[in-house]
Amino acid sequence: MLFIIEDTINGILMGSIYGLAALGLTVIFGVLKVINFAHGSLLMVGMYVAYWAVLLTGMHPYLSLVVVVPVMFVFGYLLQDILIKPIFKSEKEVREPITVIIVTTGVWYILDNLALLIFGPQYRNIQDNPLRGKMLEIGDMMVSVPKLWGFFTALATALVIYLFLRKTRMGRAVRATSLDRDAASLQGINQYRIYNIAFGMGTAVAGVAGVTLVPFYNVFPTVGVLFDIKCFIIVVLGGLGSIGGALLGGMIIGVIESVGPQFMTATWTEAIVYALFLAFLFLKPSGLFGVKYDW
Amino acid sequence: MALLEIDQIDVFYGDVQVVFGLSLHVEEGEVVSIIGGNGAGKSTLLRTISGLIQPRRGEIRFEGNPIQRLPPEEIVARGIVQVPEGRRLFSLMSVEDNLIVGAYNRRADEKKQQTIEEVYALFPRLRERTAQLAMTLSGGEQQMVAIGRGLMALPKILMLDEPSLGLAPLLIRDIFDTVRKIADQGTTVLMVEQDVRHSLSLSDRGYVLEHGRTAMEGPAQQLLDNPHIKTAYLGL
Repeated sequence: MLFIIEDTINGILMGSIYGLAALGLTVIFGVLKVINFAHGSLLMVGMYVAYWAVLLTGMHPYLSLVVVVPVMFVFGYLLQDILIKPIFKSEKEVREPITVIIVTTGVWYILDNLALLIFGPQYRNIQDNPLRGKMLEIGDMMVSVPKLWGFFTALATALVIYLFLRKTRMGRAVRATSLDRDAASLQGINQYRIYNIAFGMGTAVAGVAGVTLVPFYNVFPTVGVLFDIKCFIIVVLGGLGSIGGALLGGMIIGVIESVGPQFMTATWTEAIVYALFLAFLFLKPSGLFGVKYDW
Repeated sequence: MALLEIDQIDVFYGDVQVVFGLSLHVEEGEVVSIIGGNGAGKSTLLRTISGLIQPRRGEIRFEGNPIQRLPPEEIVARGIVQVPEGRRLFSLMSVEDNLIVGAYNRRADEKKQQTIEEVYALFPRLRERTAQLAMTLSGGEQQMVAIGRGLMALPKILMLDEPSLGLAPLLIRDIFDTVRKIADQGTTVLMVEQDVRHSLSLSDRGYVLEHGRTAMEGPAQQLLDNPHIKTAYLGL
């Protein structure tokens, strides 16, 4: 019995990191109304930035947040401003321009292959960091310390984004744009700037997720692909655009992945995840916390 | 110099022309109504002034400066504020947040605490509903929020697109009374309406739009007495 509790706890912790990655995707989707297929690649870029920051300076992995967050924000901001904005402008009348999905897919391939070109295919990890392999013993149970840090980081990030959206002038403008972009324009809000900011935020959050992974996870050029699909499933599960939904959706997947193998072959857990995904699409396409109304 | 001057604009949706060589002007302190049936180009005209669509030809001048190439946010910053047709509230945001978003432009942002008190004084009902989500309000209350949100931007000219749309007759009177009050406090108002009788009776001047052209213009009272308007728009 104990091992199920232990697996559940570790599943929730790992799942919260999935949720953190999905949080970035959900922020971008909520505002731009398009799925960002490059999201996993942005996470990969974040991981490399964190990896090099830690390796070159020897700083604590979590201290690299002060580098990763601004770098990733600017990266996402410019990516949207230079590559995606022109499409939104030329397809003004289209509510969810499908072309953007194709462009983000292109960005995914380019980023992954650039990483392969520059850093090579090898798996990298930071051997001597203070979090690596650390376990917390609670009675007879073992809880992974780096994942615990990730868990609290995910909660803190979600809280910061929530407060930003609720309480700040810019946050209100982001919400207004996500609800009705023409009406937001009529309030004097520059919708393209809001798109840039939302994309920057989503990318920065992917970077935060990257930082939480670096202490215990391998960094390699296609690492994003593993998270990409999970993020999409989580976002559908939790409800598109929902912050709490992303975290909870992530935890559900994390628990399935870690408790499942006690009862079946590990690969079967994927089938369960996908079955859940399909079930949600059939029965409650708006997800756990998604709004039925359009937003 | 007129506050707002529209000079011979042509507006297209794709290849379809909706507004043909239209000119009009609004003086400071005036209330001007634009009336006309469905598809006359009234809303298109307001969307063009707000910068959501750009005219293919012609010029729009505000305080003497051409604005027809400016983006919507810059036009709002200059003081041209539109309350769009169908209210277009931010449905999942509270009444208060809707109002505060109205004061997004820099000029209005500094004074938003003061302006919001003025809006609540104009619409006491809204003060009781500050935390309520906009989509849970009644139609009349939603129109109050929409107008209040427009006022939050500190407009020099407030453009109202069919404020009476979908409201009960009693509420329509309230809304028009409010518009009069706003005008009396010194805001210039440009209003598009299908409710010809009410809107003209509180306006100084009016324009009649038919098929994207100005069919008639003049002092509001004169238009109300005009035989063509009586038969075509007032059903007399």
